Amino acid sequence: MTQIVPGGASHDEFPGNDVVPRPAGVPDRFENPGLPEHRPRLADIDRKAARRAELQVSLFFVLSSAGTVLTIVGYFVFKLDGASATELEASNFLIGFGLFLTLFGIGVGAVHWAKTLMPDHEMIEERHAVESTPQTKADAAEIIADGIDESGIRRRPLILASLGGALAIAPLPAIVLLKDTGPNPGDSLRTTLWANGVRLVQDPTRNPVRASDIVLGSIFHVLPEGLTVESEYDYLEEKAKAAAIVIRLEVSEVAEEARPGSYAGLVAYSKICTHMGCSVALYEQTTQHLLCPCHQSTFDLRQNCKVIFGPAKRALPQLPIGVDDEGYLLATGGLAGTPGPSFWELG
Amino acid sequence: MIAIMRHRRHRLALPLLLLVGLFAAGLLYSAIVPRAVASTEPSTAVADPDNAEQVAYGRELFLSNCSTCHGFNAEGGDVADGNQVSGPSLIGVGAASVDFQVGTGRMPLQATGPQAPKRMPQYPDDQVKAMAAYIASLAPGPAIPEDRWLDPAGGDPGAGGEIFRVNCAMCHNFAGSGGALTQGKYAPSLRDVAPTHVYSAMLTGPQSMPVFGDDNITPQQKQDIIAYLDEVTTESSPGGLSLGLLGPVSEGLVGWVVGIGGLIACAVWLGAKSS
Repeated sequence: MTQIVPGGASHDEFPGNDVVPRPAGVPDRFENPGLPEHRPRLADIDRKAARRAELQVSLFFVLSSAGTVLTIVGYFVFKLDGASATELEASNFLIGFGLFLTLFGIGVGAVHWAKTLMPDHEMIEERHAVESTPQTKADAAEIIADGIDESGIRRRPLILASLGGALAIAPLPAIVLLKDTGPNPGDSLRTTLWANGVRLVQDPTRNPVRASDIVLGSIFHVLPEGLTVESEYDYLEEKAKAAAIVIRLEVSEVAEEARPGSYAGLVAYSKICTHMGCSVALYEQTTQHLLCPCHQSTFDLRQNCKVIFGPAKRALPQLPIGVDDEGYLLATGGLAGTPGPSFWELG
Repeated sequence: MIAIMRHRRHRLALPLLLLVGLFAAGLLYSAIVPRAVASTEPSTAVADPDNAEQVAYGRELFLSNCSTCHGFNAEGGDVADGNQVSGPSLIGVGAASVDFQVGTGRMPLQATGPQAPKRMPQYPDDQVKAMAAYIASLAPGPAIPEDRWLDPAGGDPGAGGEIFRVNCAMCHNFAGSGGALTQGKYAPSLRDVAPTHVYSAMLTGPQSMPVFGDDNITPQQKQDIIAYLDEVTTESSPGGLSLGLLGPVSEGLVGWVVGIGGLIACAVWLGAKSS
């Protein structure tokens, strides 16, 4: 134990080290200062203040009652059948605000009451030891020993073994039920309804698109033909994978690797972001960029939809397109890559 | 000494003074900043490229107001040719483009920047139409939309909403409140935009916006979109305050500031001793 030595004398263990001198009047060790002096509140010494606090508390309770009335009025005054949006708004407001007053009024009133008018003497409650007495511990151990003895478990090993077996396999159902989280998606994350010969139709009208309809600077949102709510496929799953856009670039602007899948400057790409699967459809026709609204991943149409900004890691897969005899756009194959967010098995 | 000065050391004096100051500053700001006023009054002037008189008037206006950037024959200006700013060629952009750009105050350009903002139109409607007629006389282009496609009552808001969500909502937000693009560009709010400008914007694809020609979105579908926008602008908000219909950003802000702030205020009050 080191001790602060008054008067700046050197310490034995650290010869040569001057101990900082302690100013006069500072005790050797700090004492527990105890509770501060009790300070009476305004309401304790001033009758007017006490009366005022009483009124305030009652005011909050009255406000709460008013809130209750308001809630009930809001519920009954407006008939929801055939109500206009404005009436619904008023009904919702009265019920919500009324309930707020009801609960908040009681709460604030009670706290204000306790803080201003109820006794505020400081009290000290000493902690008691957490440990039980030796007698209690001995009693508990005896009860357990008696229990084991009376159950006869030591003399009947059959019961012990069967109980052990039952307990061991009891958690199995919890594991077996996890099977319902399957089956594994298999190939379904990589495949879409796009295939050779599938026409491109507009979302949501399902009209086929003529190559000549698409002018420079325009964007067409397309789905594979045959994908409707009534179709045999899981509509939303398939739509979420297959949604695509068609844009016309100047022929010279189409990237080298995108040329085989393009048609006279028309290029089609999956519009599902490769980061988190949002719809990448913010098309800036001046810069030929596609922007994802969720995390600002930006794809450059002139570079085969390469990621030029943001958290996405893979380019948007191209949809190879051509035209049929009637001039309508159709896919000449599946998407050039896996659409949508990356997943474990994608590697 | 003024009577009110006695209270200058009151504990509420400073917050009150701040409040008064902020209010005054806001009032002053709203008084001196000009507001873009949507020109919703029906225009009587028509842009007619076959009307020689109107085209001549439009050319005069063009030469004195637009040629600095767009060139004397609307062929587009180049900084290399001594123009201050290079404007694109206007040959073939059509009357609809002029009506949109000048009619919403985006042109003449106030300052170069990522994007021309909407502001107070700088020309009366007949002059806008005259310039539109001049530009339309140079080469064929999209005409100013006909009135029969502009009445929200003639469109189906339900169908319009579906088309809007597929084609427009990603930039302009599900309720037309607008949103951010890249590098300081943005999709403006579509609330309180005149139907004719909604229509001609789709037709011409101004600035970053793509073109939505009649082969992509038919005139009837454009009218449906106008009806949808009218519906979302005028409908009330039964679920409570709409908070600008901006989605989770404004809702989160209110939740964090008002909701959690209120809880903290309650906690502080609970822990404070009564005076």
